[in-house]
Amino acid sequence: MNSEHVQGREASGESAGRVSPRAIVAGHADFAAGLISAVEQITGRGGQLVPVVVQGLGLTDIEDLLRIRMAEGNISVIFTDLQAGSCTMAARRLLRGYTDAVLVAGASLPMLLDFVFSDGTNPAGAARHAAERGRAAVSVHGAGE
Amino acid sequence: MTLVLCRIDDRLIHGQVVVGWGKPLEVGFIVLVDDEVVASDWEQELYRVAVPPEMDVYFVSVAQAIRMIPGYRADRRSGILLTGDIATMRCLVDAGQVDAVNIGGIHHRAGRVRRLRYVFLTPEEELALEAMAAHGAVVTAQDVPGARPVSLHDVLTGTGE
Repeated sequence: MNSEHVQGREASGESAGRVSPRAIVAGHADFAAGLISAVEQITGRGGQLVPVVVQGLGLTDIEDLLRIRMAEGNISVIFTDLQAGSCTMAARRLLRGYTDAVLVAGASLPMLLDFVFSDGTNPAGAARHAAERGRAAVSVHGAGE
Repeated sequence: MTLVLCRIDDRLIHGQVVVGWGKPLEVGFIVLVDDEVVASDWEQELYRVAVPPEMDVYFVSVAQAIRMIPGYRADRRSGILLTGDIATMRCLVDAGQVDAVNIGGIHHRAGRVRRLRYVFLTPEEELALEAMAAHGAVVTAQDVPGARPVSLHDVLTGTGE
């Protein structure tokens, strides 16, 4: 492990072995677990993200589950997969009661990678920055280029 | 075209409806029948932003739906009619406006028994589904287009698989 990497982990508070969760990731099927495992493999910072699995749950149950996870981790950021998805709907309902929370729908790996490295910024600001990074991280190559 | 799907789904407008069914059926509009949503501008906005711009969404009460369904059926586009519960759909069936019902998602709640992975029912809800069938409606469960439709009989005798 090089010193730069060690320094980064210390700066994020991860070297103590305990990582504070900073955001929830929720979506269809194993979307959250898949993205978080990718973040962990690339950066070792997957512990900043809390996966929420909602299969079999109705809207109210999803909302309750998100509320519980937010309270448990003192979390104010939720990433979801699809703008029309149940998690997004439930999160939008839930966040009506919060003034300092942010929902980002349409989460992607580039977005979450940016977020976990923005740990010096307040979570809401980091989420907004990550959303812009995710938006800019789409490219198309090949025929017609 | 017509209403190509009349669906009971307690998540109302979500990914399975907009993308899973909406894309292959080339749906041009969704009719959301829900008295509570009709009464809330905020709820309507919540659902409106979830559908792509090329898809219209109409929010109607049960009473409005009974009057307006013939018009929706005459629309040149394909449409999906959605209710969030069995009781609302039963009103439309009893009024003679719906003859095929898709159970798309009724999730766990206290008092409900798991019948399929995505269908949990109370005894009262089971009776209501049977009443719709007795009224002449074809009632099947199917969460996504690629799944096998499950007959009402198999739903009601199911143990969750």
